[in-house]
Amino acid sequence: MGDFWLPEAASTMAPKIDSLFTFVNVVSGVLLVGVVTAMLWFMYRYRRQDPAERPSPVKESKLLEISWIVIPTILVLLVFNWGFKSFVAQKTIPDNAYEIQVQARSWGWSFEYPNGVTTDTLYVPADEPVKTTMSSQDVIHSFYVPAFRVKQDVLPNRYTSVWFEATKEGAYDLFCTEYCGRNHSEMDAEVKVVSRARFDEWLESAGTPDDIPLPKLGEKLYTQQGCQGCHSLDGSEMVGPSWKGLYGKTEHKMADGSTVTADANYLRESILQSGAKVVDGYQNVMPSYASLSEREVSGLVEFIKEQSDKELSEE
Amino acid sequence: MSTTTQDAPVEQAGPDEEETNYLNHETSIWSWLTTKDHKRIGVLYCISLAVVFLVAGVLALLMRAELSGSGQTLMGNDTYNQVFTMHGILMVFLFLVPSIPAILGNFVLPLQIGAKDVAFPRLNLASWYVYLAGAAFTITALLTGGVDTGWTFYTPYSASTGGGVLWMTSAIFVAGFANIFTGLNFIVTIHKMRAPGMTWNRLPLFVWGMYATSIVQVLATPVIGITMVLLILEQTLQIGIFDPALGGDPVLFQHFFWFYSHPAVYIMILPAFGILSELIATFSRSRIFGYRAIALSSVAIAMLGFLVWGHHMFVSGQSAISSIVFSLITYLIGIPSGIKVFNWVATLYKGSIWLQTPMLYALGFLFMFTIGGFTGIMVGVLSVDVHLHDTYYVVGHFHYVMMGGSVVALLGGMHYWWPKITGRMYNETLGKIAAGLVFVGFNLTFFPQLVLGARGMPRRYANYAERFAGLHQLSTVGSQILGLGLFLILGYALWSLAYGEKAPANPWGATTLEWTNTTAVPIHHNFERIPLVTRGPYDFHLADEVFGGGDGEALSDDVPQIPDPAPSAPSETDPTESAGV
Amino acid sequence: MATETAPAPTEREEAEHDHHPEHLQHHFVSSKQQFDSAKLGMWVFLITEVLLFSGMFVAYAVFRQWNPDVFAAASGTLDQAMGAANTVVLLTSSLTVALAIHAIKQDRVQRCIYYLLGTLGLAGGFMVVKYFEYMAKFEHGVFPGAAFDPHGAHYEHLAEMTAAPQFFSIYFVMTGIHGVHVIIGMIVIGVLALMAWRGSFSSEWYTPVELTGLYWHLVDIVWIFLFPLLYLI
Repeated sequence: MGDFWLPEAASTMAPKIDSLFTFVNVVSGVLLVGVVTAMLWFMYRYRRQDPAERPSPVKESKLLEISWIVIPTILVLLVFNWGFKSFVAQKTIPDNAYEIQVQARSWGWSFEYPNGVTTDTLYVPADEPVKTTMSSQDVIHSFYVPAFRVKQDVLPNRYTSVWFEATKEGAYDLFCTEYCGRNHSEMDAEVKVVSRARFDEWLESAGTPDDIPLPKLGEKLYTQQGCQGCHSLDGSEMVGPSWKGLYGKTEHKMADGSTVTADANYLRESILQSGAKVVDGYQNVMPSYASLSEREVSGLVEFIKEQSDKELSEE
Repeated sequence: MSTTTQDAPVEQAGPDEEETNYLNHETSIWSWLTTKDHKRIGVLYCISLAVVFLVAGVLALLMRAELSGSGQTLMGNDTYNQVFTMHGILMVFLFLVPSIPAILGNFVLPLQIGAKDVAFPRLNLASWYVYLAGAAFTITALLTGGVDTGWTFYTPYSASTGGGVLWMTSAIFVAGFANIFTGLNFIVTIHKMRAPGMTWNRLPLFVWGMYATSIVQVLATPVIGITMVLLILEQTLQIGIFDPALGGDPVLFQHFFWFYSHPAVYIMILPAFGILSELIATFSRSRIFGYRAIALSSVAIAMLGFLVWGHHMFVSGQSAISSIVFSLITYLIGIPSGIKVFNWVATLYKGSIWLQTPMLYALGFLFMFTIGGFTGIMVGVLSVDVHLHDTYYVVGHFHYVMMGGSVVALLGGMHYWWPKITGRMYNETLGKIAAGLVFVGFNLTFFPQLVLGARGMPRRYANYAERFAGLHQLSTVGSQILGLGLFLILGYALWSLAYGEKAPANPWGATTLEWTNTTAVPIHHNFERIPLVTRGPYDFHLADEVFGGGDGEALSDDVPQIPDPAPSAPSETDPTESAGV
Repeated sequence: MATETAPAPTEREEAEHDHHPEHLQHHFVSSKQQFDSAKLGMWVFLITEVLLFSGMFVAYAVFRQWNPDVFAAASGTLDQAMGAANTVVLLTSSLTVALAIHAIKQDRVQRCIYYLLGTLGLAGGFMVVKYFEYMAKFEHGVFPGAAFDPHGAHYEHLAEMTAAPQFFSIYFVMTGIHGVHVIIGMIVIGVLALMAWRGSFSSEWYTPVELTGLYWHLVDIVWIFLFPLLYLI
């Protein structure tokens, strides 16, 4: 029955949760069948055959009443105890867990590893406890990997954590399960479980952003930082202005009626202090990216420049 | 027992002999808009709530239509978000919370306890107007940009999204007073307005259900009121209680919100329990098994209901200790609900079961509410809820309780009391067909959602992964069958108003005062004379008068007319009384 | 349920129809039933009021728990003398409203009117003190919410405290909603005084006076909790 009801189980916690789920399901099923059978049988056996029928009252049975108070109480306490134990296991993070920082924002995820590498796909080593330390840049999100049976809200004003130990290599879904606005249903990511050896290898090669040219770095950040959630590259309208042809616009109209020239400094200011100038027709919803390094900001600006064929003479 | 009711149904056939009753003693629109008659206010509420239910139901059908494909099919994300938000807000705050108390509670409760009216008729009318004001605010919210926060208004999202949120939160604040007025009125009415002989142990279980509901309404609603006030001040003055950007705490908001909204679940389901007891007793013609257990378990649920709000927040970031405590109390609340189901089934034992439409809804309720209860146990399990929280499993669970429970009970109750409210019978065949459609459609809509959720489908998603598509389509088909059933009910209900057969005073052979002691359509002051109550609410074996009146069976052709009235109980020797209803 | 009509109440009721007291609404059997119902209704209403305020008390408790030092410091800037004066004023007004009920029970309408007007005056006094307190805060930029910008000798240190805006938000919201209750009470008491002057009340029927008295005591009790929580600790 577990296969029909539940998704693939790919963490050490999953089988424990699944067996409890199945237990509750089976007991509920048995009781439901009991109740419905009794109901249908009575319905048939005691159907009204004569409109003037007047059954004499049934004497109430104390024993019956007590038994259907006591037996369900025992059952639910059993289930509570079981759920309590596995909950404690869920909440007790092993000391040796590998820690990954998770940043949530509307509408995307980024994952930062101890060596500073940041990705938009969650890579985790198999057969090793992993702990996430999570925070949100804006509203509440929720980190949910069905295959691992883990879920935790990600809050803007404090850190929250989950831990899991993946058991099967492969790719799994990560969903946001706290409603967060327009693209809530698109706020997903991939979780890739790989062997420790391949994980180390990947971590080595994925890092060192200093080596790559600025526009390439910007392109990488464009997806990693979730810019693609709001800014298109093909000119289509999204939450924020498209980057296509943005750089070099001379009569860029702002919400307060003023116009600016979309030069490098304007772009830089918009990244670091997103609310300073709001483009006409758009909401002031972009979070600040002040945490980006100087080189990363430059990378993004260079990348945006590449999206425009205009030239500006500036220092 | 009053004497006029027994023969009334037969004589009413001639339209020229029509008696005056609450519907026709005054007929101007103005007399309806200024009425202080609890029966008319119940009807006014019924019309308003039917409109809200229709709108919210159509929104649900639109949602399901959008979800028939994994990508965008009908509407964009923004529209979808507004649609599910409005569906939730309308259904919860403007339909389910007021529904049974405001319609059937208003109409039936004073009749059942033998009162001429509720204690504060003017307050009762005010309640309806306040409700309309809440509805007007809601419409304003829609016109000023709509709301896309979900019915839960979680901060900080609700603080940042703009649109009509301010109007919507005001609407909920205002509409809350309508509920408080109703609850306050019922508590006082039940305490002070009972007819002579109507002891607490002789109260019909519907009245007990309303009493428990009213307690919750009075205690919980002010908290959502102040929460909404703080939310409004937060958005206008930036006072920083809930918004982290201003130094507030979003989890605190969730505590405040669920402190009301969990008990609100009991505001919705406790009256349904009351209706169930009436239906099961009447249509199996037997005394409710464990009357006291059912009455007191409602009150127990009302009390415990205030101590479990944290089970909505197992993954919200509240402390593990709180989660554990809330989970434990949640199980304790499962017990009284279970007791009720067992007692209802036991009531059928050795009864005389008559499968009319209201009884079909009652039996359907037993099935669906039991599933709702068991899935509730499932999401109450701490570690399993971590997996199921905010997935379609939860959506399925609460629809099994709210729709499969409350709404189905309301439908059963509406069919049951329809003859008393309108003086007309509905079409029994169509009624049974519609009940079947609702049952099949409902289960087809929401059972797949349980499976979807367990498989990891998050809720409030406009688009979803392809692998969920099959079950979503099944659910959409189910919703259309369900919609068809509900529209069929609307159709034959309207038809019955104009062309329905005239109802007798007591078509079901029920034993509570609203059937035994009133005319087919109650008169303005309810009773010709205030009744004196001498037996329990479901003592069918003592209720000779019930069978002296029309047994509804006489309405269908294939069932023979009932024979002579059953012999009087020995105590009733006065001929004028035993002839009475 | 009922198997017979209650003869006694019916007859009594019909008899009463002839000399139906003016204030008795048709759906009540007796004046006593009407009075008891009104009183129970008022008590239930007062419970909803308590729940309304308790929401704010919880917010206060939570934020105080998180920032005990800031709350102590911010509380120190409130004017204890004015708060204490208001406590005395409000307690006295509770006494006068009780005396008004006592007077009308003995059919001393004049005296009842005087006590009601006295209550009105004290309530007005409370609001005047409150006005000066609020103004003293606003002068120094102590506003609720975003406008919070404390300056001046006694308030500058608040600017650095993270949760100080929360304290004043809660202070203004709680005392503000309490103030709204006082104003509503003043309007009702004014109407009562007018009705009493027109001779609407007597020892036979004084339900509105009694119920307003209950309401006024609640307003008083809420202040008795607000004063120490906001001003003293």
